[in-house]
Amino acid sequence: MKEDPGYYEYWPYENRPKIQWPNGAKLAFWVAPNIEFYELNPPNNPFRKPWPQPSPALPGYTSRDWGNRVGHIRQMELLEKYGIRGSISLSTALCDHHPEIIELCKERNWEFFSHGIYNTRYTYGMTEAQEREMIRDSIETIYKHTGQKCAGYLAPALSHSENTLDAFAEVGTELFGDEAGYYSCDLFHDDQPTPIHLKSGKKFVSIPYSLEMNDTIAYLVQKMTPRLYGKALMDNFDRLYAEGSESGTIMCIPTHNYQVSNAHRIKAYEEALEYITGHPDVWVTTGKDIAQYFMDNYYDTALADIETKNKKYGNA
Amino acid sequence: MATLNNDYLKYPERSYGMDHDRYEWTMLHNRKPVKWPNGKKIALWVNVSLQFFPINQKGIPFKVPGGMTKPYPDLRHYSLRDYGNRVGAYRFFKALDQYNVTPTFAINTRLAERYPYLIGTVKERGDEILCHGYHMDTLHYGGQDIKEEEILVKKSLDTLRRLTDQDIKGWISPAKNESENTPDILAANGITYFSDWVNDDMPYEFKTKNGNLTAMPLATELEDFFIILNNLHSAEDWSDQVEDAFEFLLKDTETSGGRVLSLNIHPWVLGQPHRIKYLEKVLEKLGAHPDVWSASASDILNAWKAQQ
Repeated sequence: MKEDPGYYEYWPYENRPKIQWPNGAKLAFWVAPNIEFYELNPPNNPFRKPWPQPSPALPGYTSRDWGNRVGHIRQMELLEKYGIRGSISLSTALCDHHPEIIELCKERNWEFFSHGIYNTRYTYGMTEAQEREMIRDSIETIYKHTGQKCAGYLAPALSHSENTLDAFAEVGTELFGDEAGYYSCDLFHDDQPTPIHLKSGKKFVSIPYSLEMNDTIAYLVQKMTPRLYGKALMDNFDRLYAEGSESGTIMCIPTHNYQVSNAHRIKAYEEALEYITGHPDVWVTTGKDIAQYFMDNYYDTALADIETKNKKYGNA
Repeated sequence: MATLNNDYLKYPERSYGMDHDRYEWTMLHNRKPVKWPNGKKIALWVNVSLQFFPINQKGIPFKVPGGMTKPYPDLRHYSLRDYGNRVGAYRFFKALDQYNVTPTFAINTRLAERYPYLIGTVKERGDEILCHGYHMDTLHYGGQDIKEEEILVKKSLDTLRRLTDQDIKGWISPAKNESENTPDILAANGITYFSDWVNDDMPYEFKTKNGNLTAMPLATELEDFFIILNNLHSAEDWSDQVEDAFEFLLKDTETSGGRVLSLNIHPWVLGQPHRIKYLEKVLEKLGAHPDVWSASASDILNAWKAQQ
């Protein structure tokens, strides 16, 4: 074990090279609906229990199932109304279980990225080979069902190993060269993209995915009221939008249909979406398009600036 | 770090539909729209849970949410729950009647045994009663001995039917928790609908070894207990959330057919003097709304069933 994962250098949030998003936008806005499948009887993992109760653990399982049966279409209609293409964090086994949902997303040209196979299968305890096999399966499944070459990764249930980012990037390269495996949603250290060091040296970025704005964190961990969550989204936007004049920022809302689409919560979410997309200098986009744009335009200047800043007061 | 067996990467249930055979995979928006009687748009199921939390809680296999948390004798939690049955319930009765809202009562059988006056009052009101298990500490859970569970279900139902003179058809397990066998045992004991699976907003057919049950939607996330005591929101926040849910569902009916708004409420939570007015506010709005059909669980179920 290491004291620091070693993926990135320190990079202070001041005087960074100015990012300008397409058409002069100040803020890149993306919504990442997690479309997940949780198993009723997942195998045991010695490092994390999938459910608090012995199987069948109805409270957790049935609420997630509600997200697929009822919640998904509600959020989809809402995103469509505000011109937002979802970037889906996908439990890829859902392609097999619920292809109807995949079809609806394909019709809307949403992005699919990998969130593992099931959200009840954790990376903890996997060998490097096992983790690579799981990641390969997920990327291949996305390609088979959607024709998309998976660009991004969010580890299943945010369960990681020391190899996770390297394995994702390398398997992406093995399957599709530079067209797959080039951004991560697993790091929460910044409001702008960060170039990531990998063993392979592959060009790879971390894209802000915001745990703080994640509906499940807001509702299940912080236990916010829906109206407070709606306000937090708007406050988050206001600050990032203002700072975006200095250098382009990113706002992400990661969602879960079993949370945000509940009848008592979706109104507050809609108010926030209406507010955010009602501003002129917002680039409403996807995770992949942000990663691509950053890599094409700012990756090298970012690296140079990181190096300069780290030399300014001497090396650590 | 210990490593996992390669079986961890095998997925025997990875195929079309659910990873079990209890019900069909369908998305709500693809189903046939339902019409409620008299052109109403929202069927309102107000489910009042009357519960008994024994102070000698065993907590097998877990401590029921809302149960005792302190060392025995946990007088504070015991008596505060009991408050609901002595005081809160009578505030509920008044509020329900004042605003013409039809409740359904989910009753722990042990409570019916202990408090004949309360059950006599509910009986006299003539409202539908469903069984909420024996008491809050007799949980149904994975790995439970099937004989033990069969005896528990039979005892709960036989006794409640005898004490209420109603042919109980509905069931909610304590903590909405079940064993692998619970639905089969319920169906064998004359239950026709249950609300343990919170995976839909409308009723749906649920398969058991002893014939189908109907799963009736009763959201946990909109419960007073969940919002006020789990999420620590105020009673006013609870009423705001119910209002937002109602408005959303009502709008949804413009394109979807009738919907169900179900509220699971507890006299020991909302029956407190500082909270009751928010229940009254909700009942006042819903009870008087021209698009709302306030009905018992069975009436909603039967209206739905007649259109399948």
